[in-house]
Parts: sequence; structure tokens; C-alpha cells
Amino acid sequence: MKLSPKEQAMLDGELGPARQWAIQHQQQVGRMFDAEDMVEASQAHMMADPESIGEAGVALFERFGSLPEAERRVAIPMITDPRGVDLTCYEPLGQTEEMAGLERRFIAACQKLGILLTDTCINYQTIMPPVQGEHVAYGDTGVVIYCNSVCGARSNFEGGPSALAAGLTGRTPRYGLHLDRYRQATRRFVVRQQPRGLTDWGVLGAVIGRKSGSYWAIPVIEGIERVPNSDEIKHMGAAMASYGSTPLFHIVGITPECQTLSDVGGDKLAAEDITAAEIGEFRRPFGAKGEKVDVVVFAAPQLSLVEMQQVADLCRGKSIHKDTDLIVCTPPSVYSDAKRMGLIDGIESFGARVLQGTCFYQQYAREIGEANGWKRLLSNSTKIVNILGGYGYQPALASMEDCIASAVAGEIV
Amino acid sequence: MKKELKCHVGIGGVVEGEALVANDNFSARYDLDRIKGIFSRPNHALAGQSYKDKILVFNTAKGGVASAWMLHEMTSRDMAPKAILFNTANTILAQGAALAGMAMCDRFVDGDVTQLIQTGDRVTVYPDEGRVVVKTTGA
Repeated sequence: MKLSPKEQAMLDGELGPARQWAIQHQQQVGRMFDAEDMVEASQAHMMADPESIGEAGVALFERFGSLPEAERRVAIPMITDPRGVDLTCYEPLGQTEEMAGLERRFIAACQKLGILLTDTCINYQTIMPPVQGEHVAYGDTGVVIYCNSVCGARSNFEGGPSALAAGLTGRTPRYGLHLDRYRQATRRFVVRQQPRGLTDWGVLGAVIGRKSGSYWAIPVIEGIERVPNSDEIKHMGAAMASYGSTPLFHIVGITPECQTLSDVGGDKLAAEDITAAEIGEFRRPFGAKGEKVDVVVFAAPQLSLVEMQQVADLCRGKSIHKDTDLIVCTPPSVYSDAKRMGLIDGIESFGARVLQGTCFYQQYAREIGEANGWKRLLSNSTKIVNILGGYGYQPALASMEDCIASAVAGEIV
Repeated sequence: MKKELKCHVGIGGVVEGEALVANDNFSARYDLDRIKGIFSRPNHALAGQSYKDKILVFNTAKGGVASAWMLHEMTSRDMAPKAILFNTANTILAQGAALAGMAMCDRFVDGDVTQLIQTGDRVTVYPDEGRVVVKTTGA
């Protein structure tokens, strides 16, 4: 991989050991994916919850955090994905002091590096959405797929270590989705049943993701009759990335790189239908009418302010069943706004718990499930029902309206 | 019997170990009990088996970004595989291997690597050269 004089200086250690580590990391990854050089990135977004990074990961951050200021500060704006512990609310969930302690050490180290602790997986709705053609280094598959597809930005899935490396060097290896040829469609789907509501959009994304099935497969979608709003396409993308490892999709006439099918090479591909029967088949394992529900979860992705209002409206004048819990996850910035506007009080008076800066599946889901006796879980997020099966839950899927009605009834309506 | 497989240039240093092979996919977050060092997801092809110090061989990588940290965390406790070979890796696992200093290779020119290597084979991985040497133990 060709290095500029500045990159060579980093490699030689002239800008300190953190940047040297970072560029060595990027060289290895770039070589594996045939990057010819580096591309400057304008922002980095890092997924790093304590369950994933562990003691070893926190120690790495602390080592960098102890360097002189000029050697430890990130080179570009760098933000964070949801945390694993809401430090204002962890004991009631059954999270331990050990978990909180790891989280506190990690936060302190990030602050020394100049990382902005946004703790959000919806930065494209709440912080600073990227612009078409902007090269970024984002983690969280839901963030990457939204920013690539809806904003037209350019990012690979950057796992935590690579996002940190990009933050420290201000660049990332130029491979995959930074290149035009990897953004062309490889699969073409025609939607035969129009999605209605957030869960339908999520299910559609999941079905397309599962059919695509690889990081290197890019779907182009025809047949969508109405422009979705940001929350709808957010659920679609998050589910597609979760089920398919898909980093980018195009919707003809809607997403910015695909005004016509031929813009992304879709005219050369055979079309495959997404039928009502396939959608129904996908939903079947997640339906469980009449069964008791232990916990209802709104998360993955975190809720926007608009979704918070929808939840608050549905909760008004009602109370949760005594044997059921409701957890709502939202970024700290949305939490503050929602608090000011009375939405948090509304949701909490229903009997729900609103967490700030976490996301349910990234916050020791197995341990909090065991501590609270949560097994049968209901959510409107197609992404979360995919993930939590592996964490000992029996997940079911329903619309936001039916989730609230089920929380009132104590069973799936 | 000894054979040599060519693949794309990979990540990490030269390692030798015993192969554990499955025609399945891999995510550190969803498939493993990382404390015990075993595959824990009930419907994984290797459920219940230990992966410590093995050369793992899979079809592809799946799941979210967490695996990128987890290989490093596993290596720090000496409870990790020595290498992972894929037909097709994704960016996350490659990034994770780079942080952990774990050997990883993919894109084998002779076909499906989950068929080319058998569980129990002695395998030496040369990531810099894009080369894997396999000594079969079977008859």
C-alpha cells in the first residue's frame, strides 16, 4: 500500500506510538483487501462496549490515554456507538459494579483521546449526517448501511479497532465501499408487497439481507411505491445489515446513487421477486399470540425523538402489566430533548424504563436477562429478534402499537 | 500426505496447529462461550467443541462489529484459536485478527477450504505468502 510522507512518518513512529499502532493496523487490513493507498476520512464512529472489549481492550485505551496530548488526541471528529452500561441506571437492571467500573475506566480513557461520547447508533439522525461522496470510518453495521445507502457516504464496516485507527490517523485504507466498483448492484429485487410501519420495513430489510447474504453483495430494490421516512429506512437498513452483513443497498428513484436502475448496473441483473408469501414465512417463527411476555424492548436501533413521541402517545393513560417490563433505549441527546418535552415522564408513568446511551443487546443482554427473569421478549425491531435468540431469549416480533398493547395485557396480543 | 493450498495474502504471523473444520459460518459474539473456550450456540456445527489453540476453518464471517474486539480479548486470556481460515472473510474479522495478532487467510484458489482441510489435519499457515500447508492424518 502506497503511503504519503505523513503516513510514513506515522509508521516510523514520529507521531507517537498510538498513531504508529494505528497505521500498522491499517496496513495489515489494507493489504488483505488489496487497498492501493489510504483515503482521508472526515469522521470516525466506534463501537466499543465493555462486554466486547474486555479488560484487554480497556487497557489498550488507557495505554494510549497516558501518552502526551499531541500523541493521543484523535485527528478527526470521533464519536461513539451505544455504551454497555447506563451509569445512571445499572443496578436496577442487575448489572454489576465490575461492569460499571470497566465502563467508567473506558469513558475516562476516551475523553483523554478527545473522543466525543455520543453513545449513539443513530448519529445520522442526531449528530451530523455525512454528505454524498464523503469518506468516513463508521462502526455499527446499522450506521454504515444507512450512511452508505441513504446519505451516499462511503464507509466500510469499521470494527472498533479500525475505527480507533482511523480516528488516530485521520484516514482509512481505500478498499471495498470507498471504491465505485464495489458500490454497483449485484442482486436485483422487486418488492411485491408494500411495507407499512417500522416493523414491516425491518422485515423487508431482513428478507433482502438474508437473500443477499454477504458483505460483498449489493442489492438494488425496485417496486417501492412511497418514499420512506428516516425511521422506516433506518429499520430496513439495520435489519438488512444484521441478517445479511449487507453494507449498502439502493432503492430505484429514492436513494441518491440510484435515480435509475442502470445507475448501479441493475439493468444487467435478473430480477427476483420479494413476495407476500416470503414475508409471511419470515415472520412465522417470531409470532406467539397469547403467550406471556416478560419484557418488551424498543431498541436496535435506538429511538429517534419522533419514535419517543410515538411511544409516549401509545403509553398515555395506560399502565404496564405487573409481570411485564418495558425497556426503551435512546441516545443521551434524544433523552435530554425528550425529558424537556415531557416524553420521558409520560413513558415512565406507564411503568417503562428509559435508558440513555445504551442499546439492549450491547449491554450484557444475557446477564440482565438472567437477573430479571426475562426470557420471552417482544420487540418491533427485526434486528433485535435476530440477535437475542443467541443470548438465551425467546424473541417475538410485533408492531410498536401491538408491543404496547401486549405490555398492558402481559401477553402477546 | 502433504498438500499445499494457495490463498490471498492474509493477516498475522506463521502458525501451526490442528484443524477444526465446519461448513458453517462464524461470529465471536453469537457462537462462542468465550470464558470456557467452546462453541456454545446450540445449532452451530461445532457446538460443544473447544476452539483453544485450533486452526478454525469456516465458510464465511457473519454478525456485527463486536467480533473485531473479541478476538483480542480472547487472545489476551490465552483462550483463542491460533488462526481462522475462511472461504470469504469480512472486514470485521480481518480487523479483529489484525488487532489480536491472529493469523487469518481467505480466498483459496483450489475451491472450498472447508472441503480441502479436514478436522484433525496438521496445518501450517503462512499469511504473508498466502500459503497453507496441510498434513493429513487420515489413511
